[in-house]
Amino acid sequence: MRVLAALSGGVDSAVAAARAVDAGHEVVGVHMALSRTRDQFRTGSRGCCSIEDAGDARRAADVLGIPYYVWDLSERFEETVVADFLSEYAAGRTPNPCVRCNEHIKFATLLDKALALGFDAVCTGHYARAVERPDGTRELHRALDAAKDQSYVLAVMGPERLARSMFPLGDVASKEETRREAAARGLSVSAKPDSYDICFVADGDTQGFLRDRLGAQPGEVVDSSGAVVGTHDGAYAYTVGQRRGLALGRPAPDGRPRYVLAVEPVRNRVVVGSSDELVVDLVHADRAVWYDDVARDPARWAAAALSVQVRAHGAPVPAAFELAEPDRLSVALRAPLRGVAAGQSVVVYDGTRVLGQATVTGAERTSHVLAGSAAVDTA
Amino acid sequence: MLPAAVRVLESELTRTGNPSSLHASGRAARRVVEEARERFAAALGARPSEVLWTSGGTEADNLAIKGLFWARRTHDPGRRRILVSAVEHHAVLDPAFWMAEHAGAELVLLPVDSDGVLEVDALRAELEANGEHAALLSVMWANNEVGTLQPLADVVALARRHGVPVHADAVQAVGQVPVDFAASGLDAMTVSGHKLGGPGGTGALLARRGLELTPVQHGGGQERGVRSGTLDAALLASFATAVDEAVAARPTHAPRVAALRDTLVAGVRAIDPTAVLRGPADTERRLPANAHFTFPGCEGDSLLYLLDSAGVEASTGSACQAGVPRPSHVLLAMGVDEDDARGALRFSLGHTSTSDDVAALLTALPAVLERARAAGLAGSSSARVGVA
Repeated sequence: MRVLAALSGGVDSAVAAARAVDAGHEVVGVHMALSRTRDQFRTGSRGCCSIEDAGDARRAADVLGIPYYVWDLSERFEETVVADFLSEYAAGRTPNPCVRCNEHIKFATLLDKALALGFDAVCTGHYARAVERPDGTRELHRALDAAKDQSYVLAVMGPERLARSMFPLGDVASKEETRREAAARGLSVSAKPDSYDICFVADGDTQGFLRDRLGAQPGEVVDSSGAVVGTHDGAYAYTVGQRRGLALGRPAPDGRPRYVLAVEPVRNRVVVGSSDELVVDLVHADRAVWYDDVARDPARWAAAALSVQVRAHGAPVPAAFELAEPDRLSVALRAPLRGVAAGQSVVVYDGTRVLGQATVTGAERTSHVLAGSAAVDTA
Repeated sequence: MLPAAVRVLESELTRTGNPSSLHASGRAARRVVEEARERFAAALGARPSEVLWTSGGTEADNLAIKGLFWARRTHDPGRRRILVSAVEHHAVLDPAFWMAEHAGAELVLLPVDSDGVLEVDALRAELEANGEHAALLSVMWANNEVGTLQPLADVVALARRHGVPVHADAVQAVGQVPVDFAASGLDAMTVSGHKLGGPGGTGALLARRGLELTPVQHGGGQERGVRSGTLDAALLASFATAVDEAVAARPTHAPRVAALRDTLVAGVRAIDPTAVLRGPADTERRLPANAHFTFPGCEGDSLLYLLDSAGVEASTGSACQAGVPRPSHVLLAMGVDEDDARGALRFSLGHTSTSDDVAALLTALPAVLERARAAGLAGSSSARVGVA
């Protein structure tokens, strides 16, 4: 096959590309330029990570002996991932930009362009498994290494995109194994630190980034009774479940820590309260993408033993779902969760297999959940 | 590299001795350097004392922009304006921008027409309005992307009237068109080794006798005290050999590659009538070895990949510094819109290019264009606007 290996400049994508080469594919490396911050004229030192990453990606391609190109997808990235990031926060939700990047860039713009240029598949360093069924279609499964599993952020791509994707690291036992393999292959990125920050927020200061782009909008912080307990510079900068950085000055009357319960963009209000008030057991979601024929046989899936995950690094919890419409669902959690934020993805798993994913629109507590019950903290 | 330049480099590399040392091997090395300087100067119509060796074209351009600015400003603090054409190489543009940000310079970007030719009237107007504030003027001999030759005689005549020194980056011109430093009337001129078959890491700034330059790199005082640093006799001998050969070969080389270029241009136009040749259509006003096209509806990235797969090496513009492609500032200055600029492809012909190479390109091109158009401008929003 002709395979386009997306090379981020990190160790995972380099080893994934190496494995694709070993598998006998004709591999071409492409680094996506996603940042628009580069000046046309360079008048200062740029310790910019993206320049270093492009260099590391090039070096990895050299070591693997494959052609290397840089594709400028920054305009599309700005219009989709960054614009969505801003509008979602402005609307009081908590977006996951990695999900949106997989949805709009890696497995859309990049994949489409690759297919048009004659490639058969796109290969990335994600930790997940694409398992072929007897009929040739594919299932998306969690990676062997549960700690590194990225099926949560990949699920948005849907089955058609999955059919053109390749994740050679799905069966790696651990990140350490990937690093050892990189070192053994002579890839200089073997010891490069993992990246955790949002790639377009260079200094990791998400609140500062939002303030720069959305402007300061001072407002009130209230408790669940509506009493004003503090002020803020923009409700958009808060996330449901957030505890740190509230800067309320006065402690709660009961002395217990306070959390963000809700972000109300229209009233520009942030509602805070105790951790008990964060507990939910019913999650609503839309924009569903399914990997199986869920819409045609809802009864089968209503009876299945499923689990859901509502955050990138959250633990799965047992759940059942009901379809309101083919792309809209409600998920009943068998174990309540704390801090389920609108805008995040909810991914439904059947064992290790991804059954589908949707975007959280809201969550609530039904009456039978007792305050103080053993809710799972998703953070 | 040219075989003769390789031979000289090989034979000189085993030589010991610092050309600045006074012992016998130092004197021998110095002789190699000075003979190189003489040959180099003779090939380019300069005096040996006008040659300042540098590490390449970029350093020479930086020395010209910064050195001239500071020297001029020392004498006349009112001369703060740096005039450069909008299509200069980054090695000229970036130091000019830097001086504006950090050294109190005022930057004046001079416009070009749709062929990339400097608007001489705009230069005249600028000099008439602000000539007494101009520190220097830098206009390239030939553009590296679209191959446009600049009207240097007019530029020099105008600048002289206002007492403004003129620098030209001639990196692309040497060996392609006749270059005579003395006859040009230029005050300073940049030459680079690797562009004409010499070793990488070699360059020179020709600086007219009596031209004051403030040093940018300080140290042992080599090169008239303007450019310190130990000289490498082997590299310089090889560099001079390459310049000598390239200039001597030009009368046969230039028409040969120009004929290949003409075949290439005609072939591309026949295959794709929508392709736009950028730079002057008049072949006398552009470099013989350059053909630059924009292909509507294609992205340069895609063309590059597809041609490379077909065994044809081209480039989307200038060899890109950080590997991050951006619409070329040269094309944008020529009034090309961003979408068209994205479909840019530059073909360069060299000593080893043959008519078979051109034929191979023309054979591969139809399928390449078809596929690139199918891929469209996948990374840009305007593509989707166009579809909508």
